Amino acid sequence: MSKPIGLLSIATGLVFLLAGVLFGALGGIFYLFPNELRDIIPFAKLRPLHVSSIIFWILFTAIGGLYLYLPKQKKQTIQRLPVVQYILLLIAALAIPVFYALGIFGGREYWEFPPQLGLIIASSFVVLAIVFYKRIKKRPVIGKWPVYRWMWMCGILFFILSFAESYLWLLPYFEKNLVRDMAVQWKSYGSLVGSWNLLINGSALFVMEKISGNKKIARQPLAYAMFYLGLFNLMFNWGHHIYSLPVSNVIRYTAYAVSMTELIILAKIIWNWRSSLSDAKKHRHLLSYRFFTAADIWIFLNLVMALMMSVPAINLYTHGTHITVAHAMGTTIGINTMLLFASATYACSRFASRFSTKQLKYINSGLYLSNGALLIFWISLIGAGVGKAVMQVQNPDIPHALLMRELVPWFVGFTVSGIGIAMGIILIVLPLLKTIIHKFSTKVTQPETQLQAS
Amino acid sequence: MLKRAFGTATGIKLIFGCLFISFLFFTAFVYTSEVPETVSPAEQELALKGKHLWQQNNCSACHQLYGLGGYLGPDVTNVMSAKGKGELYVRAILQHGTATMPDFKLKPDEIQALVVFLKDADKSGKADRSHFRTDPYGQIHQTNTSQP
Repeated sequence: MSKPIGLLSIATGLVFLLAGVLFGALGGIFYLFPNELRDIIPFAKLRPLHVSSIIFWILFTAIGGLYLYLPKQKKQTIQRLPVVQYILLLIAALAIPVFYALGIFGGREYWEFPPQLGLIIASSFVVLAIVFYKRIKKRPVIGKWPVYRWMWMCGILFFILSFAESYLWLLPYFEKNLVRDMAVQWKSYGSLVGSWNLLINGSALFVMEKISGNKKIARQPLAYAMFYLGLFNLMFNWGHHIYSLPVSNVIRYTAYAVSMTELIILAKIIWNWRSSLSDAKKHRHLLSYRFFTAADIWIFLNLVMALMMSVPAINLYTHGTHITVAHAMGTTIGINTMLLFASATYACSRFASRFSTKQLKYINSGLYLSNGALLIFWISLIGAGVGKAVMQVQNPDIPHALLMRELVPWFVGFTVSGIGIAMGIILIVLPLLKTIIHKFSTKVTQPETQLQAS
Repeated sequence: MLKRAFGTATGIKLIFGCLFISFLFFTAFVYTSEVPETVSPAEQELALKGKHLWQQNNCSACHQLYGLGGYLGPDVTNVMSAKGKGELYVRAILQHGTATMPDFKLKPDEIQALVVFLKDADKSGKADRSHFRTDPYGQIHQTNTSQP
């Protein structure tokens, strides 16, 4: 059962990605015609529809990978749990856009839906934690775990903890003080993003191990050191989101100091650059490896950006501008989406069927188009952010409407390139979806035993 | 050294345990650390109602508090005390909307609650970068508000 539910979860994620890029492209168009579209497609609905779709793309695809890559479990009850988890997450994922479309909110940024729906998402992750525990318990690894298991475990654990923490605002102690509430809100969001990054990175490392055939990748001490450095940042570096909030200086100094440890990751990337290039040559025929290479470049670019933004004196100028959006988009599309595509293409060719030459051509075109467009998109957002910061420094009392009008050329840049990203992603998603649908349609005509043997 | 720390299952579990305990202590510190008290107890319920309305209308899709939120509209942390703005300006916009902001058809008591909520935000601190100074280490400090 784990293979079909794994593939189904990935297919569901791909559908949400299609919805996410569509809403994203509409959001870009809204920036160009805010007055004309104000009442037709309200931005207050469009933004959460885009964000939620992308979050569910990440969650479904990362969890799908987990089901495919975790050790198998033959016990019937444990086999059913992934279905329960999938259904719970799907109910939430389908209900949330309906609430948004009807204009029913009540939550907060990124989780704008009424808080009751959060219970379904939390339950789904509790079931996932049980599945993970049962599957690992039955198949222990002699000695130490490969690092990707630690990543998956911490990803699930910190998702549950951080997601619960993001609802502490329901308690009067947190709700009644705006500053404390915002501090806890952004603490939980920082860790939440870190938690799904762990789920994605775990699967990426698993796939890397499989395609390289090198088991040391996920077992060498350096791999653990880098994992703990990431976990350390997940726990303590979130404070760079709230440098301007009047919280204790301890929070601010901790975030600054911890964020700077990412310099070690940057140094490692530069140190490994040569071997990465030779590996890229060696594996260039592999589709998954191409997505890894694209993600590598985006990790480098976004890490440099993140390090700069973590310096409070620089953050003072970048915060509250589109530079923050550039960072969010660079990491979500350039890193997370590319890594998830690497995992999805590996999963499809390993567990569904091989891609045809035509499908490979589409996926490759999509890879180049989406990454090329993303670069323009990223630069346009940085341009808009720098433009806003410069204008606000030169004229602190500049009216917001005038400021936005001055930034229109950058908005045109990110809208057009955003449509390019959407087209590139569609070129990748459609062949992947077709492969999975084909697998399920042949399943109908095949006995279950054949499916298990695949 | 790396091999000694991360080479065994026990070493890996020990590091995880230490990190997790530090995380719990830091979390407790964040929850209990001192923060500015703003509205009077008499106005607290109204400010809370305003905060709920802020969430129910998803204002953060376009507006920011302390630079956090969407960028289609302006940051409203200090709109109540900003030059050329203030309560009347806020009330007018809440009542009628603007070219880009829809009219949310808010009732007078809802407008009042949102105004009190925005006053609360204004009293909590300053969001504009002109209210910060940087030190030689690259850290920033608010210049004209009392910090905990």
